[in-house]
Amino acid sequence: MANSGDKKNILGRIAETQVVKSIFRTGVPRSRRQRMMIILNDVFLHLHPARLPVSGVKLKYTWCMGGLSFFIFLVLTVTGILLMFYYRPTVEYAYGDMIDLREQVPLGIMREIHRWGAHLMVISVWLHMFRVFMTGAYKPPREFNWVVGVILLVLTMLLSFTGYLLPWDQLAIWAITVGSNMAGATPFAGALGPGSSLLALGDVNFITPSSDARFALLGGRFVGEGALLRFYVLHCIGLPFIIMIFMSVHFWRVRKDGGISTPL
Amino acid sequence: MTVPNPLQGDAENKSVVATPITRQEQTASTEVMDRRSFLKLLFLGWAAFAAVAAGFGTMLLRYLFPNVLFEPKQSFSAGFIGDYNVGEVSERFKKQHRVWIVRDSEKIFALSTVCTHLGCTPNWLPNENKFKCPCHGSGYYRTGINFEGPAPRPLERFKISLSPDGEIIVDKTVKFQQEKGEWSDPDSFIVT
Repeated sequence: MANSGDKKNILGRIAETQVVKSIFRTGVPRSRRQRMMIILNDVFLHLHPARLPVSGVKLKYTWCMGGLSFFIFLVLTVTGILLMFYYRPTVEYAYGDMIDLREQVPLGIMREIHRWGAHLMVISVWLHMFRVFMTGAYKPPREFNWVVGVILLVLTMLLSFTGYLLPWDQLAIWAITVGSNMAGATPFAGALGPGSSLLALGDVNFITPSSDARFALLGGRFVGEGALLRFYVLHCIGLPFIIMIFMSVHFWRVRKDGGISTPL
Repeated sequence: MTVPNPLQGDAENKSVVATPITRQEQTASTEVMDRRSFLKLLFLGWAAFAAVAAGFGTMLLRYLFPNVLFEPKQSFSAGFIGDYNVGEVSERFKKQHRVWIVRDSEKIFALSTVCTHLGCTPNWLPNENKFKCPCHGSGYYRTGINFEGPAPRPLERFKISLSPDGEIIVDKTVKFQQEKGEWSDPDSFIVT
């Protein structure tokens, strides 16, 4: 703390400038308390525990799967934004743009990173869940964070599902056709689901293939222009927005629930 | 494992001295709302908020259902009876309208190309005399009756009729399902 007098230490002098002091208000972290204050006073770092037990961050124990999931999410965000510069979500251009991203665009590997990253994220999220289950890290006081984690798992799957349609090839169209037909079997809200005929006035049925849950999801009677645009918007804006909110809660709760769980 | 308390030692406990509220300050504000009217106002406020939120939620839900679809028309002209040979499964309208026109020795009918399992499009295999779905292997006879794979029911047929000048009109908004006994409906085929 008493380094300000040392004029020879250039790092020390930089640390004493007003710019640095205005950003890091607790000063150069020299004491244990200052190191903790750095974490607590930073909007990004404060989501994390200020201190971690050594035994809790052993790779053998955590597999680092939660951190890896988040890292892959960041990679997917960056590559996804880059892909958006070239990809047009229309029936006319989507497939061609996807091929061009691979064949013509500089660093054609960007699309492959996004695609393989998406597969990796699903795997790492599952492994993270498996680790948490096997180490009993879901037990009180962390049971709420387990629930948040399950929501994050579902959102990861939905991001995968919506991204699946965007290449607009045969696999994409038929996979989404099959997947969205499940929405048609929703109880009460799907035209093929149980109880769909209950919502009717005389002979007029309100839940038809042109007015049910599947129709709202696809924006049409089959996987076409409307579905492509809807899935694109959900994939690029809607679901990432929601997943970031839940991720913030998830990380913050790790800290609030007493930090990372430790081996018993 | 023991971690020394980082707050110990150099914690600066600044004691904040609360300034006591005097009697005079408390009675200074003349308009004092009683508990009952405050709660009433609070309830009204939240009720208004809930009503607006519910209204907007309904609008949002309705917003997701488009009024105009840029999809092919649901009914189309399929030419004349003479365009089809007896025993033929025509794929002329498969791509555009997702319908097979099938003619047998006594009638013509319009068969939906949507697999009843999960909605893929089966292929017509003339050599094997059957429809075969590439997704999960459902098989249908030329009549549309399912006989293999996971398909739970036969393919659907559409309303088919003759216009006054003898053109075949297929109307996809009306469908006929075999398992409901609707294939005997005269609207579901044209006697040739």
